[in-house]
Amino acid sequence: MPVDTTYDYRAVKGFALSSLFWAVVGLLVGILISLQLVYPQLNFGPWLSYGRLRPIHTNALIYGFTVPAAFSIFFFLVQRLGRTTLAFPGTARVLLWVFNAAIALAALSLFAGMSQSKEYSELEWPFDIGVVVLWVVFAIIIIGTIVRRKEEQMYVSLWYILATIVGVAIVYIGNNLAVPVSLFKSYSVYAGANDANVQWWFGHNAVAFVFTTIPLAVFYYILPKSTNAPLYSHRLSIIGFWSLIFAYLWTGAHHLIYTPLPDWIQTVAIAFSIFLIAPSWASVINGYGTMKGEWGQMRSNYLVKFIILGITFYGLQTLQGPSQAIRAFSALIHYTDWVPGHVHMGTMGWVTMTLSAGFYYIFPKIYNTELYSIKLANLHFWLVLVGQLIYSVTMWITGIAQGAMWQATNADGSLKYSNFFETLTPNFPFWNMRTLGGIIFLSGFIVFVYNIIQTVRKAPAAARA
Amino acid sequence: MNVDKNPVIFIILAAITILVGTLITTFIPLFAGITAVSTENIRPYTALELEGRDIYIREGCNNCHTQTVRPLPFETARYGSYSELEDSAIDRPHLWGSKRTGPDLARVGTKYPAQWHYMHMKSPQSMYKRSNMPPYPWLGDRKLDTRYTAKKMKVLDYPFPGKDAKDLDGKTEMDALVSYLMRLGKEVKGTP
Ligand code: HEC
Ligand code: HEM
Ligand code: HEM
Repeated sequence: MPVDTTYDYRAVKGFALSSLFWAVVGLLVGILISLQLVYPQLNFGPWLSYGRLRPIHTNALIYGFTVPAAFSIFFFLVQRLGRTTLAFPGTARVLLWVFNAAIALAALSLFAGMSQSKEYSELEWPFDIGVVVLWVVFAIIIIGTIVRRKEEQMYVSLWYILATIVGVAIVYIGNNLAVPVSLFKSYSVYAGANDANVQWWFGHNAVAFVFTTIPLAVFYYILPKSTNAPLYSHRLSIIGFWSLIFAYLWTGAHHLIYTPLPDWIQTVAIAFSIFLIAPSWASVINGYGTMKGEWGQMRSNYLVKFIILGITFYGLQTLQGPSQAIRAFSALIHYTDWVPGHVHMGTMGWVTMTLSAGFYYIFPKIYNTELYSIKLANLHFWLVLVGQLIYSVTMWITGIAQGAMWQATNADGSLKYSNFFETLTPNFPFWNMRTLGGIIFLSGFIVFVYNIIQTVRKAPAAARA
Repeated sequence: MNVDKNPVIFIILAAITILVGTLITTFIPLFAGITAVSTENIRPYTALELEGRDIYIREGCNNCHTQTVRPLPFETARYGSYSELEDSAIDRPHLWGSKRTGPDLARVGTKYPAQWHYMHMKSPQSMYKRSNMPPYPWLGDRKLDTRYTAKKMKVLDYPFPGKDAKDLDGKTEMDALVSYLMRLGKEVKGTP
């Protein structure tokens, strides 16, 4: 096959492989912290203690896996959808190396305990500045490529890409404003309830602009490509897009139900959380609508399987999320393991499935070859599906059980389990099952990485450069 | 004008759309005084407590412990009076947390004597055999780093050096952490 010179795929390749590498690191740490929750003797000294490792798990999978996956797939999409070549390809390759060095240093800083403590914003201020610079460079390359496109209309995926760029920039800067006292220590500019409010405005919109708009950009491209069917409704995708990016910003305080934060902010957040079902399901309906008459492909086409299961978990996630925002249900499940159950249906089901589909689609294209093994892709699918289901279902069960134990009172009004410790140990069997689910999930992911590496290895030499 | 044909206009419109909810749910509380409380009655942090708080942050205790008691009967029965705006009004950053792998600590300073914490922090398993809290024995061996204390107190606008400046002499990280834990629940003047 002749090598395609219309497009520049070098940065696409580099970010894809980086993403897979950091994903495996993040998943291994996930398994370790899951084990530590039952076997505290696995906390080896300060650097490997749970309190420091948990942020490494989350940061590795957000900034090490999801973000470079977006860089890679977005660099691919803007070229394809614009029928033009990447703007500033040299800068894009420099970005790749700086990015990987930054992630490695960031991981070290978290091991060493340098932390702002705010969830997903743990990295200290020098890294925040680094992240902002990297993001601006990324934005310039993306926008520069879009500007010189030859296709007049911007397809839905490009909207989600642009929203990701703007959204992440706004919420990341907003939450990380801090006053440094030394190179590795700073204090938030906000205090108390304001700090919490800004943190969860950020936190929920990290969900919006990392775990939602990134996979949605991929979803809207891969779905019609893999099924060979036209998108069900363009109008629905327009309404869904604008109402999604409008509504998400109002919902942060649903993480702060029953805290001292003024009630009206909580209530507004709850209302918008429920409203969010509509724009979220606009994409789900678009997915299922596109499949009309094509459902047979669920059996024959592995890409369709990943995409449709992914959007299905997104649909479930965006029904479960709003229910968690309702005060009565929040009272039961807030602070329990139910929430990691929710989180991992989203991250392991929706985000990872969809990004995997993206990688399966682009790798053969950028390496000018065919996928090494469809059989292995199917194996990957079943392993991650089973691993994720074990994880989420066990956490929902033990979360509800623990929430109920915290609430249980005797006839005289005293607490039934007055010592917190009594409500801890019943989690252990479930946490062990979660570890098992995690190991199955990771095995599936390793099958995936192996399949990709073999695909790269059989690519023609010219495409491997 | 076709929004989906011009990326620059598109970005501007997207930013405006994103900023509406942002302004109303975060800027208004920040600048309209909705979360403002008088800090007159709040005990400022001592230098040792602040250093202890920074160790709490460094070790990521907030990954397992919350510091906000909800106004629900079963919750106040377990942890004490519910949290109010005053309790964290001078906290930068807040440490409310999002997951209770261990119990809430908002009022833990009124629950045990300091000596209990020294033993518990060194080895939680010596108290609860199957506790999954990591042991922190090294905190007792490490001398507290006070190089930045004065600067920290200044940035946070807490009074320093007060009579507590020499409290820092010869202290370990464990001393600082325990002194912080013993403060929790006593933020407002007049509480025990
Ligand atoms: C892996 C989760 C985990 C981490 C990390 C953790 N803890 Fe704990 N903590 C627990 C659990 C579980 C308990 C209840 C059992 C016990 O007392 O050991 C607990 C109990 C406590 C208690 C007693 C609370 C009470 O009301 O009886 C204190 C105080 C405490 N932890 C402080 C800390 C501090 C300070 C840190 C950080 C240096 C920390 N914990 C880190 C899980 C954790
Ligand atoms: C309609 C959309 C959604 C709503 C309304 C929603 C709602 C919620 C609520 C209320 C919580 C807090 C639970 C608690 O602590 O009591 C939560 C937590 C979380 N959700 Fe969702 N959710 C939605 C979609 C998603 C999606 C698509 C993801 C993707 C992975 C996701 C990831 C998370 C994460 C990571 C947290 C944990 C935050 C933390 O405590 O650290 N959510 N969600
Ligand atoms: C092998 C698979 C995985 C395992 C074993 C695992 C394990 C864990 C554990 C033990 C926690 C802490 C839960 C707690 O506080 O009790 C956690 C939290 C988290 N993980 Fe994972 N994880 C896995 C995969 C993933 C993936 C793929 C992502 C993202 C793409 C992810 C993102 C997160 C996030 C955002 C949190 C914070 C949740 C919260 O605050 O409630 N994890 N994970």
